Amino acid sequence: MANDNATKLSKNLLRMKFMQRGLDADVKKQLEEEEKRIISDEHWYLDLPELKAKENFIIEERSFVPCEDLVYGRMSFRGFNPEVEKLMALMNKNQADQEEEEEVEDISRMETDVTDEEMARRYESLVGSMKKKFAKKRERSNIEDEDVNQSTTVTKVKKVFLKPQD
Amino acid sequence: MADCLKDKVGSVLLPGDIFSFESKEEKVICGPGLRRNGDEILVCKSGILRHKQPNMYWIDSQQKRYVPAKGESVIGIVTVKSGDVFKVDVGGSELASLSYLAFEGATKRNRPNVQVGDLVYAQFLIANKDMEPELVCMDSCGRANGMGVFGTGGLLFRVSLGLVRRLLAPQSELVKELDRAFPFEMVVGLNGRVWVKAQSTQHMLILASLLETCENMTAPQRQALFRKVAHSAP
Repeated sequence: MANDNATKLSKNLLRMKFMQRGLDADVKKQLEEEEKRIISDEHWYLDLPELKAKENFIIEERSFVPCEDLVYGRMSFRGFNPEVEKLMALMNKNQADQEEEEEVEDISRMETDVTDEEMARRYESLVGSMKKKFAKKRERSNIEDEDVNQSTTVTKVKKVFLKPQD
Repeated sequence: MADCLKDKVGSVLLPGDIFSFESKEEKVICGPGLRRNGDEILVCKSGILRHKQPNMYWIDSQQKRYVPAKGESVIGIVTVKSGDVFKVDVGGSELASLSYLAFEGATKRNRPNVQVGDLVYAQFLIANKDMEPELVCMDSCGRANGMGVFGTGGLLFRVSLGLVRRLLAPQSELVKELDRAFPFEMVVGLNGRVWVKAQSTQHMLILASLLETCENMTAPQRQALFRKVAHSAP
């Protein structure tokens, strides 16, 4: 009897928010599908081919400023207007920076003149110290001991107090 | 793609010349004097084709008529004060508008003090062929950076756009030679207006005539002239 009553509830009522809790999964799914169908039926569109955005390989630029790297338009010479001279330095700094960067690049290119052999020699000595750096404390003391054993076993002399002569 | 353009760098081109490309592997930036038409580049000014690395091409031409372009700094004359915008004459086909809020530190209450007839150094925020150009007197951070009203006791005159570009070129010989003459201040607008101020009216007139005569002079001629001026100037 109660079951019959539940089935008689109208769809619109079932769609209401407070009714959603009591619904079982099947009914819920059915309702959702119906809703989707209604939406897609009401949604209309033009039957046109899709517009493809073509990538532009030609970019237009209407100004001379980026082309010729023109500088800031206010100038002052020989300290006539110190404020403007300050501004000039500020506004023309960006371009100067760019030039400097290029110079820096040149320098770095020149510094690559260090030969591979030199580099190898340098890294050879680095290996030991880097190993020491990443080792734990106990291991480190072992490494040091090894070093000492290798190189200075013979020359190891216990330091004692030498009495000064009169 | 840019091979056909590259071949023509340094040569004279005339309006109507067309460059078309089949392959599209790199982008090309076409500057003033060149126009894009579909996949082609049209030449629309007569002049010499210039190139800048990596892919910028433009026509180096001589002209006197200024056409506003976005981002360019110009000298304008305030001609009309109407409500919340000023109409500014920049030498283009149309008066440019300049909002009273587009000044550094300006608010609705605190209006900038701009009168009709004042000179403003401003840059274009909007400039295209279909719309009224719009000027602003500050950069994107809201700082003036030298823009705004200027020009008490100076002299304003017009030169060609080519000379203006020579004045503004980095490491310009012309500016270096002017620097040696005497102390002065100069504002150069890309619209062909130049404003100078020096210690005396005489100096300002000398500068004005120097710049006007420099227009059609070779470098040695110019140097001789500047030497003469340097000797005669007190």
